[in-house]
Amino acid sequence: MDINNLNIILLDVLREIGNIGSGNAATALAGIINKKVDMDVPQVKILDFNEVANVLGGAEKPVVGIYFEMNGDIKGNIMFILNIDSARCLLNLLFKSNNESNEFTDMDMSALSEVGNILAASYINSLSMLSDMVLKISVPSIAIDMAGAILSVPAIQFGYISDKVLFIETQFKEGNNQVTGNLFLIPELDSFETMLKKLGVVEI
Amino acid sequence: MKVIKVGMADLAVSKSPCIITTLGLGSCVGIVLYDRKNKIGGLAHIMLPSSLDIKNNSNKAKFADTAIEILIEEMIKIGANKNDLVAKLAGGSQMFKFSTQNEILRIGDRNVIASKKKLKEYGIRIVAEDTGGNYGRTIELNCEDGSLMVRTIGRGCKYI
Repeated sequence: MDINNLNIILLDVLREIGNIGSGNAATALAGIINKKVDMDVPQVKILDFNEVANVLGGAEKPVVGIYFEMNGDIKGNIMFILNIDSARCLLNLLFKSNNESNEFTDMDMSALSEVGNILAASYINSLSMLSDMVLKISVPSIAIDMAGAILSVPAIQFGYISDKVLFIETQFKEGNNQVTGNLFLIPELDSFETMLKKLGVVEI
Repeated sequence: MKVIKVGMADLAVSKSPCIITTLGLGSCVGIVLYDRKNKIGGLAHIMLPSSLDIKNNSNKAKFADTAIEILIEEMIKIGANKNDLVAKLAGGSQMFKFSTQNEILRIGDRNVIASKKKLKEYGIRIVAEDTGGNYGRTIELNCEDGSLMVRTIGRGCKYI
């Protein structure tokens, strides 16, 4: 299996999972902040290692990464990445505050972990429903650091199977507030094939 | 001065005057080789410990073992002397913490260990190191004097 050769059908399937997943996530987020949340159709991209950090504004740009282990019928990892502005915007929506600081308190980190948890769980539930697989995610682990450093974690995991990285980008909007999130789904090598088979993208 | 940017799973060598840099090292390791007499430097941004562990290993700059080999070859090609090479290492951190034992999360450590092992095999001395921890690093090798700048977010900047 080589993700360089993933066909257009697979990308459509992943986009659809992303769509349903972020739909659920938008609903959950709307419930928490008690406001209407819109979302854009997710972008599914396959990028070279070097292009990935550029998507997030450069390898040295600080970002928030929230990381989960995925277990069940397939094993792997999920990473949710927010740029600093989006993270702050999300926190202001959650806490009904107007903070512009780039410093994040323990309370902020905890809240971001929880939002990441809800979003990642929404994606996983969609994938689980569509593929009829049992999937669970671990508690979140959060880090704020250079985009390149945060992204080295999913990139290395993709490194075992490819020279490219696959990710799903979603934008949430509440009024003028825009929150862009990047979600990386990283199945382990064996699990990747299992996933594609379960989704009916490759023949068994 | 000319600045060469090395991306993830990439490497570059150059004669002075030149700066070779790589941005945002996390669990990856920046392997720097330097020949002081000839003022020739090389930098590899490796992602995984060994090219022997996996099938998809065509990109030699991705692995500690093959990247070091290529780095030495390329430096010799532009006039470096293998016996004058010394090494510096940076990166290899663990960006995320989990209570469970996950081998993949320990990849930073394993990358550092593999890099050291390979350098030892080639008889190249490690003269400085800034590895481990749970934060990202940007590094800049100045080919004029072999100094290596290590920059972080929130932990400042230093030369090793």
